[in-house]
Amino acid sequence: MALIRVVAAMMIMIIASSAAAGGIELRQFDDPVMQARYYDLTAAMRCPLCENQAIGDSNAPIAADMRDRVYQLLQEGRSDIEIVDHMVQRFGEYILYNPRLENRTYLLWGLPIALVLLGALVVVLMVRARRNASAKALSAEERQRVEALVNRKRSS
Amino acid sequence: MKRRLLLLLLPLCFLGLALFFYKGLSLDPSQRDSALMARPFPSFEAVTLRDENQRVDQTLLEGEVTLVNVWGEWCPACKQEMPQLLELADHDVRMIGVNYRDIREKGLAFLNEFGDPFEANIFDPQGELGFDLGVYGAPETFLVDAKGVIRYHHKGYISPDDVRERILPEVEKWR
Repeated sequence: MALIRVVAAMMIMIIASSAAAGGIELRQFDDPVMQARYYDLTAAMRCPLCENQAIGDSNAPIAADMRDRVYQLLQEGRSDIEIVDHMVQRFGEYILYNPRLENRTYLLWGLPIALVLLGALVVVLMVRARRNASAKALSAEERQRVEALVNRKRSS
Repeated sequence: MKRRLLLLLLPLCFLGLALFFYKGLSLDPSQRDSALMARPFPSFEAVTLRDENQRVDQTLLEGEVTLVNVWGEWCPACKQEMPQLLELADHDVRMIGVNYRDIREKGLAFLNEFGDPFEANIFDPQGELGFDLGVYGAPETFLVDAKGVIRYHHKGYISPDDVRERILPEVEKWR
């Protein structure tokens, strides 16, 4: 029991210190759902300055500002969509790891689906072609040759 | 015949994808446009850097083509940019500064030391206006037309070449 407590304390210290070292603030949430939404939102937005990090784990000052704003908007009771819109209005579609479906992104979303369908079509055509080929009955001449071969094998 | 057609389709698909990726991957993500392009300058309420009793809002930017420069004393590139801003002021470009995430005394000292091309400076110590402008580093410069609509965005340092090749032509275009 005591051991569990020590391990738990150590784990908390490690988590707290790594959060502090990362410069990512620990935030208080009364509501675990809101906390989950906070982490989801900050993981889904790209830092506009650092380009390869989500705002949830970037040390850039702008990422901290954006986390502040997400937190503040959550506390104000805004929906996830409203919060994402709020950020996109200022920093552009660029900050979304998951681009939205719109005129500019039809190709982006459509191409993989189109390629999968194309691949499926090719497979279906190939399977059909193969089935047709194998289903063809042997001609009398072919049958004779096969039998001759089998018999020769047996007699030897 | 059918098979040959299929075989031809494959390299064509490859070529199409290769072109698509070549185009996409050679785009520079740091050169993207501001999300506020062709949108009205965000509304704000602030005081000026020089006078903490002088309240200003977005109407400050209406009536004349204005260059809005976001700067801070803490920003080294802003110091290097100042001669270019002074040159633009010599060309009668109206300039408003946004003193971004700065301390009033430091901001004023900066202007005393490096010059002051600005008609006024919006004091933005918490970076709220900067956030609404989508600023994520200083310096950044916005060209606002006479109706208060953002028409051009220059990210980062304005070089002497940028003055002649980018900023002045854009100012002329929207005047």
